[in-house]
Amino acid sequence: MKRLAHDIEALRKEIASMAKGYGLDFFEVVFELIDPAHLNEIAAYGGFPTRYPHWRFGMDFDHLTKGYDYGFQKIYELVINNDPCYAYLMNTNTLLDQKMVMAHVYAHADFFKNNFCFKQTHRKMMDEMANHACRVRSFQEQWGEEEVESFIDVCLSLENLISIYEPYGGKATQPKFPVRDILGFLAVHAPLPDWQRDLLSLIRQEAYYFAPQLQTKIMNEGWASYWHSKILTEKALKEKEIIDFADHHAAALSMRPGQMNPYKIGIEIFRDIEDRWNRGKFGPEYEACEDDEVKQDWNQQLGLGMKKIFEVRKNYNDITFIDEFLTSQVCERLQLYVYGYNKRNGTYEILDRDCNKVKQKLLNSLTNFGSPLMEIREVDFEACGGLLLYHHHEGVDLKISEAKETLERLEKIWKKTVYVQTVLNGERRLLLYDGHEHKERSA
Amino acid sequence: MIRKIDRDYHRFKDIIKGRIKQNLKKYITKGELVGAQGKNVISVPLPQIEIPRFRFGDREMGGVGQGDGKVGQVLGKAQEDAKATAAGNEPAEHALEVEVSLEDLAKMLSEELKLPRIQPKGSGQITHAVNRYSSIRQSGTEGLRHFKRTYKEALKRQIAQGEYNPQNPVVVPIKRDKRYRFWKSTPRPQFNAAIIYIMDVSGSMGDEQKEIVRIESFWIDTWLRSQYDHLVCRYIIHDAQARQVDQDTFYHTRESGGTLISSAYKLAKQMIENEFPQDQWNIYIFHFSDGDNWSGEDTKLCVELLQYHLLPWVNLFCYGQVESRYGSGQFIKDLRDMFPADEKLVTSKIEDKEAIYRSIQEFLGKGK
Repeated sequence: MKRLAHDIEALRKEIASMAKGYGLDFFEVVFELIDPAHLNEIAAYGGFPTRYPHWRFGMDFDHLTKGYDYGFQKIYELVINNDPCYAYLMNTNTLLDQKMVMAHVYAHADFFKNNFCFKQTHRKMMDEMANHACRVRSFQEQWGEEEVESFIDVCLSLENLISIYEPYGGKATQPKFPVRDILGFLAVHAPLPDWQRDLLSLIRQEAYYFAPQLQTKIMNEGWASYWHSKILTEKALKEKEIIDFADHHAAALSMRPGQMNPYKIGIEIFRDIEDRWNRGKFGPEYEACEDDEVKQDWNQQLGLGMKKIFEVRKNYNDITFIDEFLTSQVCERLQLYVYGYNKRNGTYEILDRDCNKVKQKLLNSLTNFGSPLMEIREVDFEACGGLLLYHHHEGVDLKISEAKETLERLEKIWKKTVYVQTVLNGERRLLLYDGHEHKERSA
Repeated sequence: MIRKIDRDYHRFKDIIKGRIKQNLKKYITKGELVGAQGKNVISVPLPQIEIPRFRFGDREMGGVGQGDGKVGQVLGKAQEDAKATAAGNEPAEHALEVEVSLEDLAKMLSEELKLPRIQPKGSGQITHAVNRYSSIRQSGTEGLRHFKRTYKEALKRQIAQGEYNPQNPVVVPIKRDKRYRFWKSTPRPQFNAAIIYIMDVSGSMGDEQKEIVRIESFWIDTWLRSQYDHLVCRYIIHDAQARQVDQDTFYHTRESGGTLISSAYKLAKQMIENEFPQDQWNIYIFHFSDGDNWSGEDTKLCVELLQYHLLPWVNLFCYGQVESRYGSGQFIKDLRDMFPADEKLVTSKIEDKEAIYRSIQEFLGKGK
């Protein structure tokens, strides 16, 4: 670990006190200056210096390294939710970039500390991850590298089957169905040897740690971009740095056709909220007004913008944030649209630009982290100990090939027949895997 | 320093190459990074393994995107980039334009295939400095001025000083805006190498087989070029007769008729005798054929030529046998039987395009 170079440390102090001056309230942030290869390693580990051994971190590392080496992409900032926060600066960045990144990071740190979704997260996760790594290594020594890694593969297939609102209670509770925290239920009730049970709960714990970041990606990035831009343009920039800043800032917020940049959507919504609350463009009186011109020039000079955005960063997640604050004006400014698959041509097409449709689609994709909502309904299905999962079908079918593979892996854990009830092409179907073959029937 | 990630990285590579965990093989998808090398588009392979989960079929799903376009406008074919990036925990990324040089390609190739650096023969006493324009300075001669960088600096300065007018976008660089290319020089021992490519163009070698030869020779060429300062290529095609041709003809000729491999070997022998004295040159011969030689007699002649002339002179003699629609011939087996232990002779069977990677590795994997 390198100590921060002298000039960067001076900048850090400066940026930190500016951020505090604006009212940002963060855990202490420990910055480390590292080379690109090391940064890619840490990024592959999800921001942590140490994780348990598994090939998928190697895969992420391969992709990040190739992307960096051939100039396709580079990571600007990396910060982890921990007390203190750890953040990494790439030693090849210019001082201007470092300033920008540090301002960005302090805003993330403020968000981690204050947003309600993060209240339950493990704030010593850095240590916890290192402990997990130790545990997995000792399992490997005892049971073999191959054996342990293969079981992790199985667990990762089920990693998205958790429920942040209803985590499964543990040994004391009698199961009350339905159970949405499928991973939690299995960790208690599946017939597993101790080391496998331990591995399953370890992976579940990490999934719960990362979940709030998935719930607040748009807000968190928007918040951080809002602040790096504000701190730099109002205070920290030197004149000669303005152009380069504008260039890098624009690149980070650039939109590529057909894609959605969470940074851009987040920052636009935060700025819109600030503006509306500054001018009093909210509440029944404003909503009731039907004259567009009056609405446009509406200004009661309330100056509540800053207060409001701090409140929003505390009490909202992406879903409630989009639902409440994505107005048709913002939607238009961001040029958002809904796209869909056209079966006839095999192409993706723009379907609609209506704000409500966009909002609905966006909310759908955010619900349950964009994963199908599954729950355990019975554990003695058809009186032979079968595990019955129920898929809440909300218009989109499961990818059937993967669903079958996942069932096979679930069976490895449950060790008796596993079922999933879902809807395929408009019909209720029951898929099952009994350890030998797949079957399907109407349900 | 051994990094922690190396273990995971190698494990991933081993899975991709099918060495371990065969059960994951079916989840490998072939992603790629696409960039430009000069005018040519190159792609960096980016295999990934997607662990199966309960997820939605993407096709029906659609999503939200950003940008111009009327309702009904086509965004792209399925499987392309039109998918929305769902909110994830990926680190912030920043897309850049990319240019890949041949040197990078060679590096990539060696990393991908774990090719060892070649130990050239020859004294290597003569060194010469290699200059590469790889950096930028604030002073230099006007001939070396970097136009783009200079104007970019000037533009930045003018905007910062408030002198830039978008209505009348005149940018005038002053002295301190100017940027010049600058070279770095590194001394390197000089080694010469010659590659002789030989291809069978008899009737049984179809377009598909030539395509394989072309791809494989491109990569071999790229690799060897990265290893030697001075590289000369010669091309020989043969059916029942052999002749020397230029590169273009080499890849595009289609002859018919029989196959006398010895004719090509004789020509290669003459070529080496006349042009490439073996004490000064690192010589490589790559021969591609479908292995259907005319007669056992001729094969015997080939073996003699190899044994007494070609093999003692070259660094490496590589024989690649491509499978044609008439099947695969006998020649590879003959060579393997005759030279079971000669390190300089490498044979490889190339069934289809998929096998090219492996075959390059077989040819160049020894660092000769």
